Amino acid sequence: MDILSNLALGFSVALSPWTLFLAVIGCFIGTIVGALPGLGPSNGVALLIPITFTMGLDATAALVLLTSVYYGAMYGGRISSILLNIPGDEPAMMTTLDGYPMARAGRAGDALVISGVASFVGALFATIALALVAPMLARVAYLFGPAEYFALYLLAFSTLGGIASKNQAKAALASAIGLGIAMIGLDNSSGFTRFTGGNLHLADGVDFLVAIVGLFAVSEVFVFIESHGKGSAIGVKLDRVTVPWREMWGTRWTMLRSSVLGFVAGVLPGAGASLGSFLTYMMEKSIAGAKGGFGTGVAKGVAAPEAGNNAAAGGALVPMLTLGVPGSGTTAVLLAVLMTLNITPGPTLFANNPEVVWGLIASLLIANFVLLAMNVPMVKVFVRVLSVPPQLLLPGVMMVSFVGIYSLTGSYFDLLLMVVFGIMGWLFRKLDIPTVPVILGILLGNAMENNLRRAMTLSDGDVTFLFSSGIAIGLWIAAVLGFVAPLFLRRIIRRPEVPDHAKPAD
Amino acid sequence: MTDTFRALLTGAAMFAAGSAGAAECIAPANPGGGWDFTCRQIGKIMYDIGEVDQPVQVTNTAGAGGGLAFQTVVNERNEDEDLIVAASVATVTRLAQNAYGGSTADQVRFVGAIGADPGVIVVAADSPFESLTDMLDAMKEDPSSVAFAGGSAAGGFDHLKVLQLAQAYGIEDLRSIKYIGVDGGADAITQTVGGFTQGMTGDMSEIVGFIESGEVRPLAVLSDERVEGFDIPTAIEQGVDMTGVNWRGLYVPGGISDERFQEWADKLRAVAESEEWQTAMTNNGLAPFTRVGDDFQSFVDESIESQAELSREIGLIQ
Repeated sequence: MDILSNLALGFSVALSPWTLFLAVIGCFIGTIVGALPGLGPSNGVALLIPITFTMGLDATAALVLLTSVYYGAMYGGRISSILLNIPGDEPAMMTTLDGYPMARAGRAGDALVISGVASFVGALFATIALALVAPMLARVAYLFGPAEYFALYLLAFSTLGGIASKNQAKAALASAIGLGIAMIGLDNSSGFTRFTGGNLHLADGVDFLVAIVGLFAVSEVFVFIESHGKGSAIGVKLDRVTVPWREMWGTRWTMLRSSVLGFVAGVLPGAGASLGSFLTYMMEKSIAGAKGGFGTGVAKGVAAPEAGNNAAAGGALVPMLTLGVPGSGTTAVLLAVLMTLNITPGPTLFANNPEVVWGLIASLLIANFVLLAMNVPMVKVFVRVLSVPPQLLLPGVMMVSFVGIYSLTGSYFDLLLMVVFGIMGWLFRKLDIPTVPVILGILLGNAMENNLRRAMTLSDGDVTFLFSSGIAIGLWIAAVLGFVAPLFLRRIIRRPEVPDHAKPAD
Repeated sequence: MTDTFRALLTGAAMFAAGSAGAAECIAPANPGGGWDFTCRQIGKIMYDIGEVDQPVQVTNTAGAGGGLAFQTVVNERNEDEDLIVAASVATVTRLAQNAYGGSTADQVRFVGAIGADPGVIVVAADSPFESLTDMLDAMKEDPSSVAFAGGSAAGGFDHLKVLQLAQAYGIEDLRSIKYIGVDGGADAITQTVGGFTQGMTGDMSEIVGFIESGEVRPLAVLSDERVEGFDIPTAIEQGVDMTGVNWRGLYVPGGISDERFQEWADKLRAVAESEEWQTAMTNNGLAPFTRVGDDFQSFVDESIESQAELSREIGLIQ
């Protein structure tokens, strides 16, 4: 009954009117930050840090505010993914794949409701799992060394070809370009910089937020200008929001499976929410098979990544709180805040600062219900933000993108880079090359390479080291199957014709 | 949406307003890290004890491990008398390895350091090594038998600490010593507890929580004297003459007057002697380490020389 008394302690902290107020404010700001392209959870949280210090918040209050923003941004990211085909933040990228086709088919409301509920299920599952098993789960991180991480990332890449519904070769090309971009910057295993041309701005590599905003948001503006507004994604209208009960019930197993997988992906340090939403989408796609119609605008295609990325967001808190190892970019920022507030996350946090940990868990539970209310019945409020006429919205999106990216590093160079990515995204659209694999290449390529290099350093270049544990072997088998299986399955199951409404507008 | 814009505009206006007259401290990293802490704490205490008239404005200029801020100071603000910049041992390591795009240490002036995070070497609780010399003996026999994990990239200070220890113990084949750079000290501990590496090299503040939980065992602290409150022997006590501390300090632009440099040195010394700073140090696991003014400049010059030599030895620079 430890859990109950701990939770009681947590709720006694979290239910004070002041913390409750902070949670609501945090959820609201978070959803907006998430919905605006260019502002993701990590810079949303980073921008709020100075405010928490100015307000003189204590540790619990600061954590409640910042994690509400974090969870809120995870919810909000899907809104612009679905309505604009521009992911509000990088974990919401997978939601564009089915969310936007749904919106084109006039089902934006359904997509928003289903993804909102999926976010709730994922986040609720993750928060409960965090409360129940965090101290035990922390040990999982000890089982993952360089070889195991390498195999995990390999698994993600080997299933990547499946993203493209039309042309696998183009998806492979796009991910190779992404991997190439990931090589830019400091090589952690030698201390040298690569492909920077001596430019210090490139020494830290290309930030994936710069790439994502450029490839999705800026290129959207170019398409808009070129077609005088006709071929642009902007302009999807949301008429009424009803709850598609039956369809939602049909995604119940998808949501639950994705929550579990997403949570596990989040717990592994370094993998984070993006990998969570990617793996869950690919898992559900392969379970549904060719008849599932993934990529054409199906409910499961929005439920899976949203449950997955929200569960991963909760999962990422596990290594952050119990080991002090951040599981994602945002938790790295949260970690820094905790240290500044004199709380050292790590194995002793649960024992030394129970009021902080349990207050946090309790307020996450509360925030989750607040977010469900904000994101399902009240979703129109946020949609209105995005549904102003395109000639006003696009300059707005551009402005927020520029401000958001500038707030990351305070350097003009990233703005230029973002425009370059915008041009690249525009070209890719012309050539019908998917941009999602580019982002995944940038996002996961570095971590994959670093772990391979670490494994080689530790083993003196012995390749068999990569298969030296049960976990690694299991991941390798899954990776090989994930790569090979679709090739054979495709012969057996004939692909159904792509429905008309799913074809891109241009 | 208009509200968001208004908030953003207000933010922008605040940035602009801050520059008039008040001193500015550049933290060459994102909010939350060590350099950010240095700027915020020192800036706040300077104002609290009346050394400056207006609150010190903190600007975060992240990038290239401090290189972007360094170049900005050298190229654009070389004569700005109201500018201070947070620095640590990492600044010196990168300067020694010419990692700031050709900038050199003599282009700025190092004001002083007023606190340090002592280096540590830790092993997993079930490690066969009982002392630092156990570990170094094993390395002497076979330098590649002990792999280390640390929070900095290869060639960074966490890596150099291991090499300096080995060098001080008479191990010659430094290149064979294995080191993997992971994402921060806690990650390095995870790899060590998981048995993927045999030792972890990091800072005292990174390992405190893990020592209490009993999962790791510190073999040595790399400071002159033991850290108060912890029963960890120094490397010197164990017969290895080596210290490695991650100091926290400031540099100022190279083009300011000697008088102004002296003023900043005096202000920094006043912060070091204040009670507020003592509290801040205890809270953040820093040990006292005060070197201000010309004394500090020569300390920095010596560090750069020895680190450059070591980096040449392992082939990191020509």
